[in-house]
Amino acid sequence: MKLNRKWINEEFLDLSHVSDKEYVEKLTVFGQKVETWERMSAEIKNVVVGKVVSIVRHPNSDHMWICQVDVGQEEPVQIVTGAQNVHEGDLVPAALHNSWLTGGVHITKGKLRGEKSNGMLCSIAELGLTPNDRPEAYVDGIWILNDEDCYVGQDINEVIGNDDTVVEFEITNNRPDCYSIIGLARESAAAFGLPMKHHEPVVKGSDAGSMYEMLDVEVPAEELCNRYTSRMVANVKIGPSPKWLRQRLRANGVRPINNIVDITNYVMLEYGQPMHAFDYRYVSSGKIVVREAEEGETLTTLDGNIRALKPGMLVIADENKPIGLAGIMGGENSEILDDTTTVVFESANFNGTSIRQTALALGMRTESSGKFEKNLDPMMTVPAVQRACELVELLECGDVLDGMIDIINYVPQPHDITLEPEKINALLGTNIPEEDMVKYLQLLEIPVEGRTIHVPSWRPDLNLMADIAEEIGRSYGYNEIPTTAFKTSTQGGYSAEMKFETKAGSLCRSLGFSEIITYSFVSPSIFDQIRLPEDSPLRNPMRIQNPLGEDTSVMRTTALPSMLDILSRNNAYHNKQAKLYEIAKIYLPVAGQKLPQEPKILVLGTYGAGETFFTLKGELEAIFSGLRIGKVSYEADSTNPSYHPGRSAKVSYNGELLGYIGQIHPIVAKNYGIDCEVYCAEINMQNLFAIQLPEPTYVPLPKYPTVSRDLAIVCDEAVTVAAIENVITASAGKLLRSVRLFDIYRGTGIAEGKKSLAFALELRADDRTLTDEESEKVIGNILKALADKLNAVLR
Amino acid sequence: MKEQLKLIEQNAIAALNEAQTPAALEELRVRLLGKKGELTAVLKQMGGLSPEERPIMGQLANTVRANIEQVMENRKAAIHAAVLEQKLASEAIDVTIPGEAVSLGHQHPMNMVLQEIKDIFVGMGYTVVDGPEVEFASYNFTRLNIEEGHPSRDRSDTFYFDENDEVLLRTQTSSMQIRFMEEHQPPLCMLAPGRVFRKDEADATHSPMFHQIEGLVVAENITMGDLKGALITIMNKIYGHDAQVRFRPHHFPFTEPSCEMDMQCHKCHGTGEVDGQVCSTCHGEGWIELLGAGMVHPEVLRNCGIDPDKYSGFAFGIGLERTAMGRLKITDLRLIFDNDVRFLNQF
Repeated sequence: MKLNRKWINEEFLDLSHVSDKEYVEKLTVFGQKVETWERMSAEIKNVVVGKVVSIVRHPNSDHMWICQVDVGQEEPVQIVTGAQNVHEGDLVPAALHNSWLTGGVHITKGKLRGEKSNGMLCSIAELGLTPNDRPEAYVDGIWILNDEDCYVGQDINEVIGNDDTVVEFEITNNRPDCYSIIGLARESAAAFGLPMKHHEPVVKGSDAGSMYEMLDVEVPAEELCNRYTSRMVANVKIGPSPKWLRQRLRANGVRPINNIVDITNYVMLEYGQPMHAFDYRYVSSGKIVVREAEEGETLTTLDGNIRALKPGMLVIADENKPIGLAGIMGGENSEILDDTTTVVFESANFNGTSIRQTALALGMRTESSGKFEKNLDPMMTVPAVQRACELVELLECGDVLDGMIDIINYVPQPHDITLEPEKINALLGTNIPEEDMVKYLQLLEIPVEGRTIHVPSWRPDLNLMADIAEEIGRSYGYNEIPTTAFKTSTQGGYSAEMKFETKAGSLCRSLGFSEIITYSFVSPSIFDQIRLPEDSPLRNPMRIQNPLGEDTSVMRTTALPSMLDILSRNNAYHNKQAKLYEIAKIYLPVAGQKLPQEPKILVLGTYGAGETFFTLKGELEAIFSGLRIGKVSYEADSTNPSYHPGRSAKVSYNGELLGYIGQIHPIVAKNYGIDCEVYCAEINMQNLFAIQLPEPTYVPLPKYPTVSRDLAIVCDEAVTVAAIENVITASAGKLLRSVRLFDIYRGTGIAEGKKSLAFALELRADDRTLTDEESEKVIGNILKALADKLNAVLR
Repeated sequence: MKEQLKLIEQNAIAALNEAQTPAALEELRVRLLGKKGELTAVLKQMGGLSPEERPIMGQLANTVRANIEQVMENRKAAIHAAVLEQKLASEAIDVTIPGEAVSLGHQHPMNMVLQEIKDIFVGMGYTVVDGPEVEFASYNFTRLNIEEGHPSRDRSDTFYFDENDEVLLRTQTSSMQIRFMEEHQPPLCMLAPGRVFRKDEADATHSPMFHQIEGLVVAENITMGDLKGALITIMNKIYGHDAQVRFRPHHFPFTEPSCEMDMQCHKCHGTGEVDGQVCSTCHGEGWIELLGAGMVHPEVLRNCGIDPDKYSGFAFGIGLERTAMGRLKITDLRLIFDNDVRFLNQF
């Protein structure tokens, strides 16, 4: 909402002694936040009113003139102009040397065909004005100021009306009353603790007749129209509005059109009540019907667009057809024209939600609809239409007809709130005396009688003690409320699961993985990209009905694609290496429930020199170890189509699946535009957390020596290390303390199709030193079992 | 004999001081003190001495022996030190050669800032909670006093999963206020950071997914002064003790009174100008908006079965992206979700 300070100063309360900065800060901390503010004169600099003392032809040009211009300095300045409408004695805008015009145009002195020119004479366009602002001015020539109230040497900004400051407020949703000059004047008055002036519109009336004989209004769409108020004006003389009115409109960013339209816009700015004027000629049968549009109806709105209407959209119609889109824009078919003679003023109150939805559906949010959607005060329609009629009389542009049609479809519900000073002070943490509270409310024009607060119709946001507390609090000053420290007995902290997650993250980073954050929603095409089987349940994600685009239309059911996407992006950025992790939520629909499960997945992803399956596996094992996870098993898995069939594994614990690790399938990598080896792991954090071992307790250090034995075992290629380890562990008995693979050998001395695996074994007893016989017996058992079960022999 | 001993001592000391290697020293030891050594040879002559002379010579011989041993020990230590010095000199390395690379990973800058904020709140007695991102409209809107038809519920603003607009992607972490109050009775102090979603195209300052940190305190006799005190303390911890802040009235449906908290612009110190130009950090306002807050609306307490006549509380919501970007001087929101390692490695 824009506000020009001069309007408030001239009509409601004079704050001209308050600097712009002070005004803006005061209103902001009072609760009306200023978004931006600007002196209107900021753009045009060093342009003054000049008087053409003499004018002669340019000796070297058949269209240019050399003017001597009195600009209020000792000597006249010489300015060359190409315009043909300047005469001796004329007052003109003279841009002096080093001046600035609208649009950042910089004027300096120079020579035009050999003749000095110390500036430029200006047209209205060069000063940021349109013919609508200055209908009397020449469009294609210099602006002649002879009829303006101005003097030689005067800053042109004062003549234009730029000696004003435009302040733009961010109005919160609960304060529709502040979408008006009056509302902001009221806030300004309260902020500065001063009373404001009020003006009650007075309509003199005429002897031109009564509107009741000419117009009939029906409102069948009661639900969508709370109130419809209308008055009429006859003998209308369309013409430009007076300068003061045009300047106020322009300062608020509204383009002046003609007196009648300008009046409706002026009242909308002043009261915040959108108004419309219809040309009575085109209101067929003199009947206005406020109804929902019918299927297939269209309306050409004032902006020239044909609008296809639908039931649910509220229209203003005559007997046959829509003539306006209620609360949004009028129809071209009833527009005020230069020859309009009779006008119907509409001042109505429409349902905010309906207006908003229609405006949204038609993609045409207007000043008017923007106000209506905030749910305006229905009590405002009458003062607004009265003000419009008053202005018609003031501007002498028509005769106001007797009568007013006012259809009311709502029950006004005035309500009171009890002033509870103790509770208010208790909530704010203040000690404000009751009489101060009353004073604050009265400054806000909220009447108080004893302890009864009569809530004005324009303050629908006031319902409870807390609402009143806010009014008192902001009047007292939020920044004046003493700051205090409360005491509670709460014990803060993180859940065990959060600590586990934090630990996992720091382990990842200590191993060189950097953290990423990716979107929760993805494209449905990811399922194909990672080659998810057609029948996979993960292909049934939560679908957003109104996504921003296909790319962000489903909630991810797997975290792998997000990681691949980021790896791919880094690859495209020519980053030679990436080592990344994310602890990412996935969203798994649950049959019979509306909300999905949202488990978290630890995803690791790498590419680059030195990265292999075994580096990633080693890192994953380190993470597990750091998180106190017991013995995890890795089982070759050739069935996961996202991964290389020979280089991927299921990761599980006691038969419970934790996730996957492996090289990404080359086709999948290619789908992501990556042509090198990519390794990933996906681990379900909830499942991992569930198997975290308890905090360890101390185990006495061994008293007796450990026997170390290395065994080189030759076996078939197909036999896995895990298989051999399992046989060793199972056959060794309690004395075996650890088994560790330390070498794999193929080649000379080992038959084709075989391999040699070297294990380091540690044997120990807790109660004695092992004898050679004991250790040999254990080794013997192991070798026998390996031979029996795996056909594996000592090398 | 006495002269003999003296001569041996003299020569021995001279020879020892000449010795340069452990081997030379060992050779001298054998020659001088060994069983066939010079001193032993002299001592063998003792038998020919008178009983009076014998103890005197014996004592002298022992002194000579002790002196030679002493010099030998000293010389040995000196030679060892020289040898060690030589060895160390030969082992010298170029210490400016880079160390064996151990690469550490980096925390995402946003989580870095989040972790710090969470730790501050935990220290003040807040319980950190996590909650669903796919949420019921009742938690995200209705029970937070945001009525049907409110613009923020529009499909142009909020992502929905069903025709009835019943299930959505939460647009604010405030939904966690309701979830927490449903399960906990006052006194309570909650902090709920998390992802939120709004239908905004991604650009330098917008993202359809971003993060908020919701705070909630409900207990007996909580005042707006307490809200101010808590937020000022927290912001001083996050931004340093010289952070100048102000509170201004604002509107949120689920708090009343409501406010926003601004911090004085650190770049222009509130003047709105830097070197005659409009300050690029605060766009000339002199203040930077930090968060929205307010006293919990009585209706919201009632919606969660908490008696507003007995308890009061405050709530606040911090935009994590804005906080992290301000702190770390990140200029474009898209960098946050782009995850370029060249960006991540900076933090």
